[in-house]
Amino acid sequence: MKHPLSPDALPLDRRAVDLLMLSTGLTLLPHLPHLPLFIPLFCAVFALWRWMAAHYAWALPGTPARTALTLTALGGIALVFGTVFGRDAGTGLLTLMLGLKLLETRNYRDAVVVLFLDYFLGIAVVLYSQSIPTLVYLVLVLVVITAALIELNQPARGHAPLRAMLRRAGVLMLQAVPLALLLFVLFPRIPGPLWGLPQGGGTGGLDDSMSPGSITHLSRSDAVAFRVDFDGAVPPPAHLLYWRGPVLWHTDGRNWTADRDRTVSPPAAGPGFTPLDAATLEYTVTLEPHGRNWLYALDLPLSVPPGAHRTRDLFLAADKPVRQLTRYTVASSPHYRTAALGAAERARALQLPAANPAARALGAQWRAQAADDAAVVERALDYFREEPFHYTLEPPPLPGDAVDEFLFRTRRGFCEHYSAAFTLLMRAAGIPARVVTGYQGGELNPLGDYLIVRQRDAHAWSEVWLEGRGWVRVDPTSAVAPQRIEQGIDSVLPTAQRGLLRDFEGGALDALWQHSRLAWDTLNARWNQWVLAYGPENQAAVLARLGLRSWATTALAVLAGIALLLAALGVVLLSRRWNRIDPALRHYQRFCAKLARRGLVRAPAEGPAAFGARAQGQWPERRAAIASINELYIAIRYGSHYSADRIKQLRRAVAAFRP
Amino acid sequence: MRPHAAAPAPGGDSSPLLNKVIAGIGRIVLGKDEVIRLAVTCLVARGHLLIEDLPGVGKTTLAHVLARAFGLRFQRIQFTSDMLPADILGVSVYDHDGGAFKFHPGPVFSQVVLADEVNRATPKAQSALLEAMEENQVTIEGETHALPQPFFVIATQNPAHQIGTFPLPESQLDRFLMRLRMGYPDRAAERELLLGADRRELLQRLPATVAAEELASIQSRVTTVHASAALVDYLQAILTHSRESPLCQYGLSPRAGLALLRCAQASALLDGRGHALPEDVQAVLPSVVGHRLQPAEGQSAHAAAELVAQLAAVPIP
Repeated sequence: MKHPLSPDALPLDRRAVDLLMLSTGLTLLPHLPHLPLFIPLFCAVFALWRWMAAHYAWALPGTPARTALTLTALGGIALVFGTVFGRDAGTGLLTLMLGLKLLETRNYRDAVVVLFLDYFLGIAVVLYSQSIPTLVYLVLVLVVITAALIELNQPARGHAPLRAMLRRAGVLMLQAVPLALLLFVLFPRIPGPLWGLPQGGGTGGLDDSMSPGSITHLSRSDAVAFRVDFDGAVPPPAHLLYWRGPVLWHTDGRNWTADRDRTVSPPAAGPGFTPLDAATLEYTVTLEPHGRNWLYALDLPLSVPPGAHRTRDLFLAADKPVRQLTRYTVASSPHYRTAALGAAERARALQLPAANPAARALGAQWRAQAADDAAVVERALDYFREEPFHYTLEPPPLPGDAVDEFLFRTRRGFCEHYSAAFTLLMRAAGIPARVVTGYQGGELNPLGDYLIVRQRDAHAWSEVWLEGRGWVRVDPTSAVAPQRIEQGIDSVLPTAQRGLLRDFEGGALDALWQHSRLAWDTLNARWNQWVLAYGPENQAAVLARLGLRSWATTALAVLAGIALLLAALGVVLLSRRWNRIDPALRHYQRFCAKLARRGLVRAPAEGPAAFGARAQGQWPERRAAIASINELYIAIRYGSHYSADRIKQLRRAVAAFRP
Repeated sequence: MRPHAAAPAPGGDSSPLLNKVIAGIGRIVLGKDEVIRLAVTCLVARGHLLIEDLPGVGKTTLAHVLARAFGLRFQRIQFTSDMLPADILGVSVYDHDGGAFKFHPGPVFSQVVLADEVNRATPKAQSALLEAMEENQVTIEGETHALPQPFFVIATQNPAHQIGTFPLPESQLDRFLMRLRMGYPDRAAERELLLGADRRELLQRLPATVAAEELASIQSRVTTVHASAALVDYLQAILTHSRESPLCQYGLSPRAGLALLRCAQASALLDGRGHALPEDVQAVLPSVVGHRLQPAEGQSAHAAAELVAQLAAVPIP
């Protein structure tokens, strides 16, 4: 039993309750978008109840009512989420329990528990978003919670103004920054997402299958797929910017998939290709999480980043799905010749569905008329170029035999229509062919000197296997809409798709908009690069550069860093104290120490004049020097002649003094 | 050795003049240079002086000489046990010719008052003098009479354990800026005293070295002596030590601190310095604080003296 007057048992006053409400409310706010509506609603009711109890003396619920509410909340969570574990259910449960805790918050101790829960729930926001605005908001919330904690711990419960407490909380947070930085860099990073939770990262982006319209819907998304820093400052020309993703072999005439049964291409035994020249492109990709394994790289990746492999289809795949921001460096060879085609692969590359008889007939007809495979390819591209085909974001629906419908009736399509139709035609002509998906192009951000590749840059193209040349990339879309490849997707999008400020296009406002958009993206890119992508691999690299190769030395470095910080703090505090000591006194003490070494010790209560006289008596030959030091010291410290000049004079005189 | 003058006191250096006075007094009161110096310091600091010692060690002579050297009017009041306040302050008597009461000022209306054996009088009579000292004026029957300026009381007291005395209460001891003890003269000085001319005769021949107005101007200069932050630090260290010591009942009061500071400033002025030094504080310390400290219960009678010694040894910050 606590003493009735111990601070733990002190009832909370209204102001403390208000502060609890404020910090809890601010903590809950960023969770609203992903919580089922009933949870914040319940919390609001509980908070209101507690507030009325504080301001209008409402009764708080008793133990039976609270128990019933708690069980109901647990049941509700289990019902809605099907579990009480995991990110979403866990956050929901934590939120509800925090609301319930408010109902039994009677004294100081309860309030502290609520604030600690606030800290925890605040940090839980990071499980959902790690963007800069989230961080800024989170820091503000932490300042408010800390201010509330300060208020609770005011010894006399004297009400300092909220602003003063916020300032103090802010100062506390700033003081914690060096330690946070140290731990950020040195604290061991665990591979994989926090707590191994399956995270929601991986919405949007390319799938491992393709059907008419699947890439078209991506073209409406401004979301960043990945960003690329090139080793050489100049990004390669647009016709080289094919970011290779999954390769699709199997088709039923409408849909394309990687294979009939296997979705992930197996790792390749060797590189699978030989570079034709020494030209390489080196770049670092910062890939947004997309929930799939593949890592985008330019045709064709020479090197493989750690934790990934090169598939037989010559795209890169990570060992685990990319669920968090990933950063990897690749070198690609733009000119290459792939290895020979095996019999099984040739069979897969010639697989034809029963559907689309007209298209197959057309392919067969070209085969009959052409001299060789390359001529068939040219014929097909000419067909797309010369017939009235249109490149459009709004292709009409294709019922029945999709390729036949597209080739002979609608003739309006997006890249997936062209690549699917082209690949089918090639196979009909007996040429091994496959569809490659990925991204094409990207926007150069001149502010950060890097390439932004967005979801709307998603693209599909084809590869045909030509005797003597291996797999050759053919992009039928470029035959229809060459500007899509050369100038990017923006050049072919209807103006309605280009953003809010189309009315001001070309004007100063538009330029400003473009500039601030790119600046913001640069900031995000750096944030990704330096903060979010700082995983175990990057940390290992940084630590290696710091000379910390084992965890033992790293732990030592962490401890040494903390000790150093504390020492720095001590030095600051001491030097403040030291600075309060008169510099004149410091110099005089040095003078006394010099005399003490020669055996003349000043008694603690011996005044400067008396000691000076004694010293002059002891060393009559040094009389003048001692007298002048004494005179200066007395004039500075006891006279009204304090000046930096005299202190400097004193310092010099003491330094020159040799007893 | 006294520290030489680093910077003269503002408003002219009065130290040669004062030192001339001290030397002059020293030719009459022999072998008591330190006491004379402190007495002059006390006078310059506008404080009153209590001299505590046995009869016949030269208390009266010192008071007399001081008055004479500064050209001040001198009165001596011999305190007795049947003394009344009116014997000190004066009385109003009905004047037949004028048809009104006329105030006849008592012996306190003088510039230097020697209150001899102040502890032999009753507390009532003592209070009359002490009130006059405090307020620099006398109020009788509703009429206020200002005391002449400068007004300097030298009270002498026999050591308190003598029979038939009323020792001054602590609160009244506090009114005296300094308490001095004369002590016996040393052998050489006493020999000169015994062989030399009559002191009273010498006294009559002593010229007034300082004019009264000059004294007033010197007195007003005391507070202009610079007391640096470092000096005040030292002074406060002394005060704090006295308050934390178990030896005495109470520590030094703020008034004691102020007295210490004034005396240190006056001492610096006597040395012709424009700033006070820790040495000044140390020089006046025993005289200023000695009578303000009372041994704590259970401590020996020497506790106060012991504490004074400790205070003098407080490290200079």
